[in-house]
Amino acid sequence: MTIDRRLLAAFAAPAIALSVSACGINSVPTAEEVAKARWADVQVNYQRRADLIPNLVETVKGYAAQERTVLTEVTEARAKASSIQLNADQLNDPQAVAQFQAAQGALSSSLGRLLATVEAYPDLKSNQNFLALQSQLEGTENRIAISLRDYNEAVRAYNTRIRTFPDMIGAKLVHGAKPMTPFEATAPNADRAPEVNFGTTK
Amino acid sequence: MIALPRWLALAALALLCLAVPAAAQTFPALSGRVVDAANLLDAAQEADLTAKLAALESATGRQMVVATVPGLQDQPIEDYGYRLGRAWKIGTTENDGVILLVAPNERKVRIEVGYGLEPVLTDALSSVIIQTQILPRFRDGDMAGGIVAGTDSILEQLSLPEAEAQARSARLVQSAERRGDGGDTVVLIFWIIVLLFVVLPMVFGRKRGKRHRRGRGPVVIWGNDDWGSGGGWGSGGGGWGGGGGGGFSGGGGSFGGGGASGGW
Repeated sequence: MTIDRRLLAAFAAPAIALSVSACGINSVPTAEEVAKARWADVQVNYQRRADLIPNLVETVKGYAAQERTVLTEVTEARAKASSIQLNADQLNDPQAVAQFQAAQGALSSSLGRLLATVEAYPDLKSNQNFLALQSQLEGTENRIAISLRDYNEAVRAYNTRIRTFPDMIGAKLVHGAKPMTPFEATAPNADRAPEVNFGTTK
Repeated sequence: MIALPRWLALAALALLCLAVPAAAQTFPALSGRVVDAANLLDAAQEADLTAKLAALESATGRQMVVATVPGLQDQPIEDYGYRLGRAWKIGTTENDGVILLVAPNERKVRIEVGYGLEPVLTDALSSVIIQTQILPRFRDGDMAGGIVAGTDSILEQLSLPEAEAQARSARLVQSAERRGDGGDTVVLIFWIIVLLFVVLPMVFGRKRGKRHRRGRGPVVIWGNDDWGSGGGWGSGGGGWGGGGGGGFSGGGGSFGGGGASGGW
């Protein structure tokens, strides 16, 4: 009986070592880093949007200063969104992600309202500076959508890896890996760019 | 041992989730630098464009492709565009690829810009090109003309050395914009420095007939003749090596949503 057990251990030890080293020791952190890198891209793009807003608000103010409510709203939403930072280590925390998402979503919708307001000001709509900002904003929203999609895909790959055999062994025993939180559209249209057109479509 | 099948099922499910978005989409084959799947160009125009696009690559290493597609498969052109760019891998690993994408049936056009070229062919400039070069012709029904004009002005921008290209882009986009305060201050400080360190020493130096430049020091301003012949600055713009001969394929570039779209 004792011999059997020892024999078993002798065979099992290298087998376990092999399977563990092949399964999850490296691939789990690799997948995690990929997801974190995608998250960094997301943040860069949100920052890019935040950087455009003051300029946009100034430009709109020059033509439509009476639209104070919506302008203030955008400025406040931007301040709030910028105050909620989410670093890569917090991605395991669904609540933190939800909070970040809500703040950015609020900014998206207030931007949408601002751009809708602008429709009433033909002078503003034909202003070169405004048109440039508008196309930059449009491009940035597009980048945000794409980087979010890339992030979600990376998170899905990582989450799948840590929950599936054989990587789950390494993920559980060695890394204590927790699933990361994908980014989902909560508010209606939160994942969509505010409708920006040049008055040429529709 | 009930757990095992459940894990397997889960794994299968996850694989399925991964597979769906990738499999759902088919793109035209990358048959050349001009992929005219919607038949908007005649053979001569196509050959002409191909030659220009090849010239761009051999001069700068940047890849540009003109693509016309019969349909966008119910996606916004922004989504179709970046996926197409990633599928074709246009551009080198520096991500310096551009696609001019035209979808005549959806009446949409997009300039899709690779990560690496975003500072050169900015969103704003792409938008200006679409609004001023492409859409007016498309609205008149001159599809080929719009494509050629758009390609020409993108090529013009891409052929410039980086610094010049950025300056040009800013000029075209902001032509009507008044200069921001920050810009003025910087310019003012620049000229004050010039005055202090260059003009005054020159004037006083001449008066006293004594002061002189030490050698050919780093000349920062356009030299008037007085300053000696030194001092032109290097132009950027050395090309990377040319592309491979023979068939055309993407060089591994990726896309992240740069560029602009328009509709008519």
